Amino acid sequence: MKAAPTLPLGTWLHVFVRLFAVQGSYNYETMIGNGIAFAAEPAFRLLPGGRDGEAYHAAMARHSRYFNAHPYLAALAVGALVRAELDGEAGERVERFRTACCGPLGAAGDRLVWAGWLPFCSALALLVYGLGASAAGVLLTFVGTYNVAHVALRAWGLRAGYREGLKIAAALGSPVLRTGPLHVARALAVVAGVALPLVLLRVRAVQPTSIVFELGLAALLAVALARWQARTDGWRVGVILLLLFFIYSVVR
Amino acid sequence: MMEPGTLMVLAGLGAVVGLDFVSFPQAMLSRPLVAATLAGAVCGNVTAGLLAGVLLECFALETMPFGASRYPEWGPASVAAGAVAAVPGADAELTARMLPFAVLAGLVGAMIGGQTLVWLRQFNLSVAARYRDELAAGDASAVTSVQWTGLVIDFGRAGAVTAVFVVALMPLRDAVRHGLDSVGGTASLTLVGVLAVGVGGGAIWKVVHSAKGYEWYLTAGVALGSAAAVLL
Repeated sequence: MKAAPTLPLGTWLHVFVRLFAVQGSYNYETMIGNGIAFAAEPAFRLLPGGRDGEAYHAAMARHSRYFNAHPYLAALAVGALVRAELDGEAGERVERFRTACCGPLGAAGDRLVWAGWLPFCSALALLVYGLGASAAGVLLTFVGTYNVAHVALRAWGLRAGYREGLKIAAALGSPVLRTGPLHVARALAVVAGVALPLVLLRVRAVQPTSIVFELGLAALLAVALARWQARTDGWRVGVILLLLFFIYSVVR
Repeated sequence: MMEPGTLMVLAGLGAVVGLDFVSFPQAMLSRPLVAATLAGAVCGNVTAGLLAGVLLECFALETMPFGASRYPEWGPASVAAGAVAAVPGADAELTARMLPFAVLAGLVGAMIGGQTLVWLRQFNLSVAARYRDELAAGDASAVTSVQWTGLVIDFGRAGAVTAVFVVALMPLRDAVRHGLDSVGGTASLTLVGVLAVGVGGGAIWKVVHSAKGYEWYLTAGVALGSAAAVLL
């Protein structure tokens, strides 16, 4: 593979900032396709002929079509697509790559971020709350911890995608994406396990009652919801029970 | 009655967290923990806002924004819930009594907010369809127009949804306040606390149960947390 052309720092920054808005025109037909073209556009200006060139228009047309991936790992795709276009890869090959990488980038991101890092950071912030931290402490823990990894993942994706080009399978085999979800899930299990009883303790500290009784009730509910997970969502159960409580309170 | 200035700040906060949820920048400012706490701070009772945020965060653990699936939208609803919970000058007892109503408002609001996201996506599609020929020709200004229209409309949508929630919920809160007085803070806290932690626990199990050896990690965590809660 030939060496990647050097992109000006301004172009990197422009593309990187636009990546945060990749889902800005999300819709049920092209998904984040328009966002991909929007994010990659500053780099496409470097194609032969510049903004008025045929290559630029062909690239913009190609990349505003359907595309779907996890929004953070879309950075990996954008990096790879920019590299492919600047390397002058054939349009059909770029199209095939776009189609092929949607599924893996979606699945890897969903496992690592939505089902891993996000609930882990929530649980960590709940733990900090349960241990008695102030509102500022809880918020800083959550927003800070989450976004360190969020921003780093987008930056890594853009660089790795640009470095590997259409051969991003190597980047997808990174330990962070391959075994990261397992480690995060284990850490989540421990942190959430510690956090939830302490949250209940601090919440009920406003009015003293028996914590053992409440913990038992919460555990029963958790087990029931885990057992019936295919039939109902916990938050829907919450709406129904709170509504009944609310009606009872008012009509009593 | 809420001051117009406070309502405008809440609507602005709702617009920011609503935009953050999907469109820009997905920094998770839209999570209940953040949105409700900030709303509580705006309304002068950050403790109540944090309490509502923590409880709603436990419910939010269950919903993940996978791809094009439909899910509740927590940001604007959490702003409204935080504002509802934050009764100015309220003591611990009144805060406790208001919590079930605030959490219920947050949950119902999240369902409604999620539906408005579906409408937003349909609207975005209609905008993209209007520019179909230009997009097919690789017109960069069409790409930019479609993107910015989506961002601006999402910002406006989230602000409007937040304002409607707050305007609808504040009189309702004042109307039902005496009814909630009859139940008492202890029962209110027990119900809402147990519900939130129970739903959060079920959600965590759903998330981690496919990880190898998860049961040992979860059991160790729950044992440690429960022991600490009982002994502290």
